[in-house]
Amino acid sequence: MNMVLPSTISATPNGTTRPQVRIVIVGHVDHGKSTLVGRLLHETGSLPDGKLEMLKAVSARRGMPFEWSFLLDALQTERDQGITIDTTQIRFRTHSRDVVLIDAPGHAEFLRNMITGASQADGAVLIIDALEGVRDQTRRHGYLLHLLGIKQVAVVVNKMDRVDFSAERFGEISDEISAHLTGLGVKPSAVIPISARDGDGVAAHTPRIGWYKGPSVVEALDALEPARPAETLPLRLPVQAIYKFDDRRIVAGRIESGSLKAGDEIVIMPAGKIAKIKTVEGWPVTPLATPQTAGRSVGITLDRELFIERGDVIGHVAQSPRDTRRIHARIFWLHDKPLSKGDQILIRLGTRETRANVVAIDKAVDPGALSNEETNSIARNHVGEIDISLAQPIAADPYHENPRTGRLVIEVNGRIAGGGLVLSVDAGQRAVPVDIVPVESALRADERSARYRHGGAVLWFTGLPGSGKSTLALALERRLFRNGGSPILLDGDTLRAGLNSDLGFSHADRSENIRRLAEVATHLARNGHIAIVAAVSPAASDRAAARRIADSAFREIYVATPAEICESRDPKGHYAKARAGGLPSFTGITNDYEPPAGNELTIDTSSRTVADAVDEIERMLAESGILFEEVADLAANI
Amino acid sequence: MHLLDNESGTARLRASEPREGIKASRKILVEAPATVPSMDHLDELEAQSIYILREAFARLKKLALLWSLGKDSNVMIWLARKAFFGRVPFPAMHVDTGKKFPEMYAFRDRYAKEWDLDLRVEPCPPIDSVDPTLPPAARSAARKTEGLKLALVKHGFDGLIAGIRRDEEATRAKERVFSPRGLEGEWDVRDQPPEFWDHFNASPPQGAHLRIHPILHWTEADIWAYTRRENIPIIPLYLAKDGKRYRSLGDADITFPVASTASNIDEILAELEDTKVPERAGRALDHETEDAFERLRVAGYL
Repeated sequence: MNMVLPSTISATPNGTTRPQVRIVIVGHVDHGKSTLVGRLLHETGSLPDGKLEMLKAVSARRGMPFEWSFLLDALQTERDQGITIDTTQIRFRTHSRDVVLIDAPGHAEFLRNMITGASQADGAVLIIDALEGVRDQTRRHGYLLHLLGIKQVAVVVNKMDRVDFSAERFGEISDEISAHLTGLGVKPSAVIPISARDGDGVAAHTPRIGWYKGPSVVEALDALEPARPAETLPLRLPVQAIYKFDDRRIVAGRIESGSLKAGDEIVIMPAGKIAKIKTVEGWPVTPLATPQTAGRSVGITLDRELFIERGDVIGHVAQSPRDTRRIHARIFWLHDKPLSKGDQILIRLGTRETRANVVAIDKAVDPGALSNEETNSIARNHVGEIDISLAQPIAADPYHENPRTGRLVIEVNGRIAGGGLVLSVDAGQRAVPVDIVPVESALRADERSARYRHGGAVLWFTGLPGSGKSTLALALERRLFRNGGSPILLDGDTLRAGLNSDLGFSHADRSENIRRLAEVATHLARNGHIAIVAAVSPAASDRAAARRIADSAFREIYVATPAEICESRDPKGHYAKARAGGLPSFTGITNDYEPPAGNELTIDTSSRTVADAVDEIERMLAESGILFEEVADLAANI
Repeated sequence: MHLLDNESGTARLRASEPREGIKASRKILVEAPATVPSMDHLDELEAQSIYILREAFARLKKLALLWSLGKDSNVMIWLARKAFFGRVPFPAMHVDTGKKFPEMYAFRDRYAKEWDLDLRVEPCPPIDSVDPTLPPAARSAARKTEGLKLALVKHGFDGLIAGIRRDEEATRAKERVFSPRGLEGEWDVRDQPPEFWDHFNASPPQGAHLRIHPILHWTEADIWAYTRRENIPIIPLYLAKDGKRYRSLGDADITFPVASTASNIDEILAELEDTKVPERAGRALDHETEDAFERLRVAGYL
C-alpha cells in the first residue's frame, strides 16, 4: 500500500543537498485539498509504478469514478465517507526542494488533526473553491496558521474550471482572502488560480488561465524556505531530565535557541541559580568541545551541585528568560466544554508542567465567523486571549521575542485541549538574576565536620499531627548538641509565624511552605549543620520535592504513630477544634496524609520511649555516614 | 529542514569512513567557522528522536523498546544509547514468532551482549488462537500482536517504543508520535488526540499503554544514510546475494527478497533514489486484501 517515495536526503552518495520543506495544505472541506495533493504527486512524477492504475481499477470495481484524492485517502473508513479524517504525510520533489506534504482535514470535526499536521509545517497552501469562495473553515484555518506561527502562505483558488476560468471571480476571492490574512499579520506569497482535477496552474500555465502571470503551485512551493533553528536568539535549554547513570550528573535537554559550550556562565530559571557549564557530554565520543547549537539534544554537567529539575530553563547570564506566575496568551480551544473564567487547567510550556487558574478571558471569538462577536468563554474551535495564574513559577518568553519558548499547550484530563502563544509575561517583583551573585562560605565542609563529627544533613520528620515529631526532634537536637554537633530545629509551625506567614493551607501554599523549609534546611546542611525539620508534610509529592532539593543529604523519618493515639494526645488542641468544625483543612481528620515509601526510618512512638527512638535515629545516621566516631584527620588536608 | 546547501566535508567523511571516522569528523567540526549552520539533515532527525526518547523516559513509568532486529529498530537502539549516554535504561523486548531468519537470531544474541541490553524475549501463541477471518499471511503476522498483548500483561509496561515510520505504509502515516492504545492494545484512528509543538499526550488510562514512535519522521533512505554514518551493524540479508536482497525483514515464511544488486549501503541508497517499488513489497501480509494491514494495525499490530 505504499504510495510514498523515499525522497533524497542530504547524505546521498552522489546527489546534491536539497532543502527539505514541510508544507501543509489547508482549507474548507471539499475545496479540493486531497485532489491537489494527488495531482501534485502525479505532476512531479512521484507516484510508484502501477499505483494510479491500481486505484483506477479499484474505483471501477466499486463502480465509482476515479478521483485524485483516492491516492491519499487510503484508509478504508475515509473512502467510505469521502472525507479525510487524519493528517497524512507524503513526499515529493520540486525543482529545488524536497517537499514533505502534510494533508490536513478540512472538516471542522477534525480541527485537532489539522492543527497536529499544520504545527509541523514550514509553510502552508490555503485552498479555496472558486465557486464557493471564502468559507468559515477557510477563515478559521487562516487564523490558525497565524496562531501556529506559520508565516509563509500560498493561496490557491481551485476548481477554476467551474467558473469558466474567470479572471474577475479570481480577483474577488483573491482580494477577500488577502485582506483576511493581512489582518492577521500573514502576507500570502502568491494567489494562484488552478484546476487541480485538470492540472491547470499546478505544474504549468495553461491557455485557459493565460491571464495569470504569477507562479504555478510547484513554483510557489519551490520558493518556500525551510524553518531554521533559532541559533541567533539567546540560549534557551529547557531541562528534560537529570541523569545519574554513572558518576556524572548530566542535565539533558534540547537547545530551543542559541548555543552553548563548556565554560559558559549560565543561569537556571525560574530559581535564578548561577553555575558554569563544566562539560558537554556525548556518546560515543565525550566530552564535546564544539559549541552546541539550537536544535541539538544535549547533555551538560555543571561546576557545582545545584538543585535543578525537569521544567527549569537554562539561559546565559544577562539573557535569561523571564520568571513569572502570570501569563497573558492568545489560544485556540479544542475541547467540547468551553474554557471559562475560574477554570483549573494544566499548562505545559517547554518541559515545565504546572497547574493554573484562568483569571480572565478576553476577545473570545469564532475565527470562522465574519462578525467578531465576543463571548465570555472560549468555545470548541474558537480562539481568545486569556490571563492565567500559575501554581508554580515558570520561565517563559513572549512569543514575539522567542517563538520556541513563547508558546504553551493546555491539558484537560490528560489530553491536550488547546494551545497558543504567550503574548506577555508578568515578571513580578523578583530580583533580576544578573544581580544575584552567590557568595560561598569561607569555611570548607570538612573543616566544619571535623569539629562537629558529622556531615551536613536534612532530617525530615513527617507524620500526623500529634504523632510525636516535635518531641522526637527536640530530644534529638539536645542529644546531638550534647555530643558536640550542630543541630538546628526548623519547626513547620514556627516558620509559618515568620518566613511563611504569607502562606495559607491550600494545596499550592502547602507545597510552597515545604519548598521553603527544604531550601532553608538544605542551605544549613550544605554548611555542615544537621537541619531537623518537623512538619506534617502530608503530600508525598511535596516530600519528594524536598528530597530532590536536599538530594543525598536527605533522611526521611516517618513518625508512624496510629491515628487514634495522635488524636487522643492532641497536644495543640487542633483535633478538638477540627472536630468542632473550626479547622476545615486539618490533616488529622481529612485523611489526606500520604504515608511515605522509601523513607530511611519508621518510628511508632506509641510503643517505645523517646530515648530509645533517638538511639535508633542516631544509629541510622551513623550507618548512613552522617555521624562519625573518629575525628577526620584534618592535618592530611593542610 | 536541512540547512546545508551542499554536502559538507563532514558529511562525506562520515559517509565513507568506518568507526575511526566518527572521531575525525568531530575534529573537523571544531575547526568549522561559527557561522556555518552546524546541523545537517541526519543531525536534525537524530536530535528530534533523542528528544522523543527522553520525553518518553521522563513521562512514563515502565517503558520497553520493541526490538524487531531490523534496520529500523537497530537505529532506534543506537539513538537510545545516544539519548542516555551509552546505556539503554529500559528493556529491549523481542516478541519472537519463532520464525525469523537464523541470521536474525544470531544478530540478536550477539548485539544484546555487545550493547549490554536488558533483553526480554517473549514468545507468541500458536496460530489457532488468532482471528481466523484474516487472510493467511496477515493471520500469521497477527500472532505477534497476541504475543505483544501477553507480554504487556506479564510486565505491566505503560509505554512501548516502536520503530515504525510514516513513509513505510499509508496507515502508519497517520500515527502520532505518542499514540494512545485502548485496553486491548487497539488503535482508534478516528479519535487521536491533537499533538503539536512537541507536546505529547503521555497519560494512558489505567491499564492501557502508549506506543512511542521516535523515528516516525525518518524515511527508508534516512535509516540507511544514518546506519552508514554511525556504522551501525546490520543483518547481511539486507545486502544483495545472487541478484536479490531483503528490503524489510519479517517472518521467514511470509517475507520475500526483491530483485537488487546493491551489495553495500552506498548501493542501497543509490537504488532507493530510482526505485518506485515500495519498501514492504516483499511483506506478503500487506498485500493479501486491500485492508488487511489496516485491520492488523487497528487491532494493535505495529
